Amino acid sequence: MPTVFVNGQEITIGDKERLNGIQVAERAGVDIPRYCWHPGLSVVASCRMCLVEAGKKDSATGKITMQPKVVPACQTPATDGTVFVTNSPKVIEARAMVEEDLLLRHPVDCPICDKAGECSLQDYHFEHGRKERRADIQPFTSRRRELGDTITLFVDRCVMCTRCVRFTREISGTSELMVINRGAHEEIDVFRDENGQLEFPLDNKLSGNVADICPVGALGDKDFLYQQRVWFMKSHDNVCAGCSTGCSIKVEENQDHVYRLKPRTNPHVNQWWMCDEGRYGFHHVHDASRVTEPRRLEKTGYVSADWSTLPAELSARLKKAGRLAAVLSPHLTVEEAYLLAQYVKSLDPTAVLALGPVPVEGTDEKFRNGFVIHAEKCPNRRGVERIVSSLGGELLNWGDFLARAETEAFGAVWVTGGYRTPWNDDGAVGSLANSKLLIVQDCFASPLWERADYQLPSATFAEREGSYVNYQDRLQSFKWAIRPPQGVKTDGQLYWQLLGRAGLYKAADVLEEIGREIPYFAAALGGVADVGVDLKVNQIA
Amino acid sequence: MPEFKPVLLANVGKPESYTRKVYEQTGGYQALRKVLKTLSPKDVQEQTKSSGLRGRGGAGFPTGLKWTFLPKDHPGPIYFCLNADESEPGTFNNRILMEDDPHQVLEGLIISCFATNSAAAYFYMRCEYPLAYKRICQAVAECYEAGYLGKNILGSPYSLDIHVHRGAGAYICGEETGLIESLEGKRAWPRIKPPFPAVEGAFRKPTVVNNVETVACVKQIFDRGVDWFKSIGIPPDPNNPRDAGSYGPKLYCLSGHINKPGCYEAPLGITTTELIEKFGGGIWKGRKAKAAIPGGISMGLLKASEFHCKLDFNDPGKFGCLGLGTAAVVVMDETVRMVDFLLNSCRFFSHESCGQCTPCREGTSWATKMMTRIKHGKGRLKDLDLLLEIAENMGIMPGTTICGLADGAAWPMKNCIKKFRDELEIYIKSTNPSGWMETAAVPALQLLDIH
Repeated sequence: MPTVFVNGQEITIGDKERLNGIQVAERAGVDIPRYCWHPGLSVVASCRMCLVEAGKKDSATGKITMQPKVVPACQTPATDGTVFVTNSPKVIEARAMVEEDLLLRHPVDCPICDKAGECSLQDYHFEHGRKERRADIQPFTSRRRELGDTITLFVDRCVMCTRCVRFTREISGTSELMVINRGAHEEIDVFRDENGQLEFPLDNKLSGNVADICPVGALGDKDFLYQQRVWFMKSHDNVCAGCSTGCSIKVEENQDHVYRLKPRTNPHVNQWWMCDEGRYGFHHVHDASRVTEPRRLEKTGYVSADWSTLPAELSARLKKAGRLAAVLSPHLTVEEAYLLAQYVKSLDPTAVLALGPVPVEGTDEKFRNGFVIHAEKCPNRRGVERIVSSLGGELLNWGDFLARAETEAFGAVWVTGGYRTPWNDDGAVGSLANSKLLIVQDCFASPLWERADYQLPSATFAEREGSYVNYQDRLQSFKWAIRPPQGVKTDGQLYWQLLGRAGLYKAADVLEEIGREIPYFAAALGGVADVGVDLKVNQIA
Repeated sequence: MPEFKPVLLANVGKPESYTRKVYEQTGGYQALRKVLKTLSPKDVQEQTKSSGLRGRGGAGFPTGLKWTFLPKDHPGPIYFCLNADESEPGTFNNRILMEDDPHQVLEGLIISCFATNSAAAYFYMRCEYPLAYKRICQAVAECYEAGYLGKNILGSPYSLDIHVHRGAGAYICGEETGLIESLEGKRAWPRIKPPFPAVEGAFRKPTVVNNVETVACVKQIFDRGVDWFKSIGIPPDPNNPRDAGSYGPKLYCLSGHINKPGCYEAPLGITTTELIEKFGGGIWKGRKAKAAIPGGISMGLLKASEFHCKLDFNDPGKFGCLGLGTAAVVVMDETVRMVDFLLNSCRFFSHESCGQCTPCREGTSWATKMMTRIKHGKGRLKDLDLLLEIAENMGIMPGTTICGLADGAAWPMKNCIKKFRDELEIYIKSTNPSGWMETAAVPALQLLDIH
């Protein structure tokens, strides 16, 4: 096994691992500052922030020969006997010089910059920069220029790391961004016509990522721009509910208001990226048209119901209802679907379970590096399907269920929603007209909602807790990021109470139960890592 | 030493020297015939190596050695790039060769391509040479007519095509990997090495990049023999184990404050004084010399008292210069202010920095701004130390950049401040009597709108 030395510390790496100086130093707990290097992009070694001293230790004699000059760690492979020194006076001086260089023309407009607080230039300046500004150069003003619908460029904040340019060439494969001019006049831009108007704007479905990978505040996400200072926000690990890819994300919120979603590194699913559809697909969480009042239909019309008495009331009515049916939406988490299924089965062992409608838009879109946006616009079809087929005995889809509901008069039907786009119509209402009691749990009003005997406001992905199973049978768990608006009870908590369980809904406990009961989920028994767990591992045997 | 007769410039000045007819009258393309008939590519490589020919483009890397870096038994194609992007200030020897004796260049190029088994040659010429472009295009057409280019050259199994490509006028395209990037249609941002072009160059294939004058020398070596070539110049310096010797004739571009500026051919190792006196006709207007650039602006400066410096690959280093460079000697007379020289030099490099590596992009531009301020009477003594610090922290040598442009930018700064510090200090003190001693950080100044 190759041994590498970082500041005298021995690090053993795998025989086949190909690591550079930055990566190997990370294992030694040493952070090497960098701008241009990004693990998901090609190496250009041009920012020169990661300069270190490198050398070789002769395994026979133990003698260390250092290279006379500093080298970029991103471009220096770690092989057996490689020696890295990241804290020598030479390295400290080289970093200070680069940091000083980058700040020569930087407008230092941190007070009005969105990146402030999570900016590499800021952080590295405090850590590696000089105490005093020696340059007496008038910085340019902070020029702003649009690059497309999603991203705006603050020209003078740029440090020319070219991460964004490489991203559009290597990851999205659309190559909209480029470097114009030369030397200190260099700028990032897109092709424009002779009047300076956008001719080929930054327009691809992964465009939001360039703002994430920008180490400084040059690329601004228009959706997030001036919405919130980053230090006010709390970050919660979550899973994108936009499509069946199930990108690992972070939900960033302040006081129960979501301001942005960011990708979370997951080598198995989304690597470092997420698509714009997912990234900007959280605004329904705070939509004014969200339903937030539980209501009961009485002869005179709808009256407000009280969450404190509703569970008992629902149970009482469902017990007398006769044949039950539940429609489990692919927006439910595995745990929620399981609890609801358990609940209706406990009241009526012959209860019918069905999978809610699975929204599909267009076809899967594949990108150059393998990133896929799936056409299936729900996060958990696979997970809910398994619950339906395991507990219901057969896998009934939405269409078949409606057909069955027309002939077979159900005593009560419980329909779950959670969709962000309209998902049912008058046809569905007609099919369920025979059912004596209709309970609809959803975020937005719909034809079915308008016809329900009980309207139960439901939670969005940011308020839910549980696990999703993505297209590759990877189960990822997450906790709630914000509390639901007043009047909304999260689905999991409601089912938990209906089942008569004590205290608060605990998704992890439910998953343990599921893992023991349904073999498909067995791999999740040992706990679920940040990057999720592959449910296929146990299926081979 | 017997009187040296120009070889590379032998045809220059003859009427219609750029035509194949005139070139062939003086034995043109005989070397190519001989090589194709009697030698294998390996022999050509070996002979070039033993001749001690070093690249004329600036770095002085042994040409034969560079060729041997190509992978053995490569399935091909291997490409040959001829670097005619001559843009070092003061340099114009390639231009003379291409305009007045294009066939000499092409013959050398074909021999070099044969030696390296290249399938195609890219003649990368800077845009600012319209006449050279016209002459080279004509000469290439004439070569195809005569069967020196194309399929099965002169009946041998070897085939070669030459593509003439014009650059767009950037200094950085003269850096070999910058040239390759530009040739591929990209921004001329030099590549990280390794891999070197010999392993992975143009279009990701093994590539050799040589200078115009280098291939002209190759032609002469196979015309006149290795021994002839080695009889000219200076053997390796025994005190410098890294010196490979400086053999052969060299084209010196003499310009500046002298009576007869021009491109002159002399054996490598001629001293600066000799060059100025013998070829340049002395300093103009009867003045005294103050300094000279030994080989293009990026090589640094020689003071008048250092003019005994031999202009070979080794000697300028002893005087603190970066090297021989392109052997473009620019002479400055006593009226030149070094502040002007340094500002000019800084401005050139900040204009030409490709902008890829931070230390070069920002360092060159910072230095220019600082020099502009000094020039305008707002200098401080402290600025000189700052300039030195910037210079010492950029380039391949300290390890902070990808290519050598920054070294070239730093060298005149280092040299000038070291050798003419007194003068610079006097200038600063006299133009900024109230503020020259200031050492505190100064507030931002509105400067002239240049870099």
